[in-house]
Amino acid sequence: MPHLAIERWAKIAASAPDNPIVLTVEGTHGLIIHAVTKAAAERGARAGARLTDARALDPTLIAEPADPADDAALVERLSKWSGRWSPLVEVDGDGLRLDVTGVAHLFGGERGLVRDVQRSFARVGLTTRVAVAPTAAAAWALAHHAPCICGGDMAAKLAPLHVSALRLDPDTVRTLERLGLKTIGSLIDVPRLALARRFRGAEDVVDALDRAFGRKPEPLTAAPTEPLPRAMFRQEEPATHPEAASQALERLIPDLVCQLQQRHLGARRLALHGFRVDGSVATASVATAIPSREPKHLQRLLADKAAALDPEFGFDAFALVAEWTEGQNAAQESLVEEPSGERDVARLVDRLTVKLGPRAVRQPQPEQSHLPERASGWIPALAKREAIELPPVRRPQRLLDRPEAIDVIYATPEGMPRRFVWRRAVHDIARAEGPERIAPEWWRSPSSARLRDYYRVEDATGRRYWIYREGLIGDGRGGLPNWFIHGLFG
Amino acid sequence: MAAGLSLVGGGGNRTSEIRELPSGLGGRWHSPVPPSPTLSELFAAHPRDGGWAGFLLPQLGTGKPLLWVQDRMAILESGRIYPPGWPGQDLIHVEARDARDALWAMEEGVRCAALSAVIGEIWGDPRALDFTATRRLAVASERSGTTCWLVRLSGNANLSGARMRWRIASAPSLLNDLNPRASGAPVWDAELFRAREIPPGRWSVAHDASAFHLVAASGDRALGENRRLSA
Repeated sequence: MPHLAIERWAKIAASAPDNPIVLTVEGTHGLIIHAVTKAAAERGARAGARLTDARALDPTLIAEPADPADDAALVERLSKWSGRWSPLVEVDGDGLRLDVTGVAHLFGGERGLVRDVQRSFARVGLTTRVAVAPTAAAAWALAHHAPCICGGDMAAKLAPLHVSALRLDPDTVRTLERLGLKTIGSLIDVPRLALARRFRGAEDVVDALDRAFGRKPEPLTAAPTEPLPRAMFRQEEPATHPEAASQALERLIPDLVCQLQQRHLGARRLALHGFRVDGSVATASVATAIPSREPKHLQRLLADKAAALDPEFGFDAFALVAEWTEGQNAAQESLVEEPSGERDVARLVDRLTVKLGPRAVRQPQPEQSHLPERASGWIPALAKREAIELPPVRRPQRLLDRPEAIDVIYATPEGMPRRFVWRRAVHDIARAEGPERIAPEWWRSPSSARLRDYYRVEDATGRRYWIYREGLIGDGRGGLPNWFIHGLFG
Repeated sequence: MAAGLSLVGGGGNRTSEIRELPSGLGGRWHSPVPPSPTLSELFAAHPRDGGWAGFLLPQLGTGKPLLWVQDRMAILESGRIYPPGWPGQDLIHVEARDARDALWAMEEGVRCAALSAVIGEIWGDPRALDFTATRRLAVASERSGTTCWLVRLSGNANLSGARMRWRIASAPSLLNDLNPRASGAPVWDAELFRAREIPPGRWSVAHDASAFHLVAASGDRALGENRRLSA
């Protein structure tokens, strides 16, 4: 993408195309031109030159600050978007590298693929230079210097290119130029041994040549060891109706389930990507509690989220990816078709979690603590629980999330409570039991934390509550003790 | 679910009555159980009365997970369910935003036969909780065989599809043999005010380690019937 920065800027600023605009970055000796519009280029400005030099040629140049970080973010976004052509995409400077091995025939050959890529990027307003070559280094060289599609004739295509196309560092390039080796073709003719002897280490010319001609592997680093199970569906026409994603889902799920079956995997997390025509990607993802590859269940989980995907200007492709999978052996439910309980519960939890959110569906996890609110934590339902035994003490069936302050009348400050007022209702305490003293956890709480004396009280009507007095008189951690209600007994 | 409850004697001076029975417990009481799992509605006599939870606890099966749904108001007003108070129960807790979500979660749960029971707490009389919603729960529960308890906090007993409707209030507890100033075994005043094929009634019941026992004769007609039944 040779004009990415300026095209992005032009899109944001919506300026007239014939304004002589240059984007600048801070250099060591003042502003340096980063990108130029066509109009500015005609007036002598070029990328890499100093702004003052360019202004000397034409003082009407308009300088704007460039934003390389946002440019890089755009490239990053585009790399995701390019997942529509190939699952292996890598960001390479201001360009993208796609591993199209075995992919091109889906788009009517390499020529069709290149056309599709160029058209898609042009729709987004970006100029591209596309080259297809057997090796990544050769593709880079061709894309930057002579965009074309080459197969067996790679050597011939590369030969006339300048040596800088090998991505050598500038010093090496200068040395080669001085030696009269200006093109790749002339470099090939030099005996390897002589080259290897002259250029070593970082400026390894032989190495660069080998990479370009495929004598040395240069895999895309983005390549995961094993590709994720992925189903793809592209639309003939961009679909703008809201049901597009749901309809695509119906086609994608059987495909994905088939792949999962072949690899004995079950999905734990699924993502449905909708590729929009304007170069953005909408994603809906769901997670399951146990590995699953049951089409009905996955469909049910994703259906709502898929329907909520906003097509904006239209989706033209969808991909369903199992981002996280776990081994799952082929299993028959049972001979009499009685689904197992555990799996049923897991499916229920999935459905609840998808709709209500993971924080809403939880299971208890006991903790090593005597503080009642800390003794019982909550973790996502069906997550692995640690086996922690709690001492068998009598605890209320319900606990208020925050203890509520109550007014208490007592016989003596340290004695049993007699009557309390909670939420403006007076409760006469008929019976009380306590105190159960729970000391603050000094290793966790501030030193001003006070101990709690818990009482189990029963009011005149028989309702049973768990109340506590925080602190003691004269414990040096505050004034009179406060009373709180913490729980309700059943 | 045929857990026993026992009846504390009725009328007059309750305390003297209890003293007559050393353990404070009367005859065994069997909670009227519908012939098959279904939806029961349970009204807490007062939103800040947690007694119904104690009444429910002995009636829950164990071994299978229990789905407990609370809407946000129920949590705010009368507290979140506290697992250490429910030993032996494999809980899955759902915190629903509102009654609609809570009812949805309950219905999803009720359809799952692998749960021991579904308990849903709804605060007030939300619009989402109408006859259709309760009827759906009842039908789903009967179809899957998963018991469903709809707990109504601070709600009115409007039209409902529930097969059994209870009103539960706490009553003064039994005498504590070890410490007379402490509360003893909890007693509940349980009123079955609507049920299909089962005569309604009102009982005062307590639960010891294994069974419900009648505690006090509240002196209404239903008690007589119950005595006849148990005789």
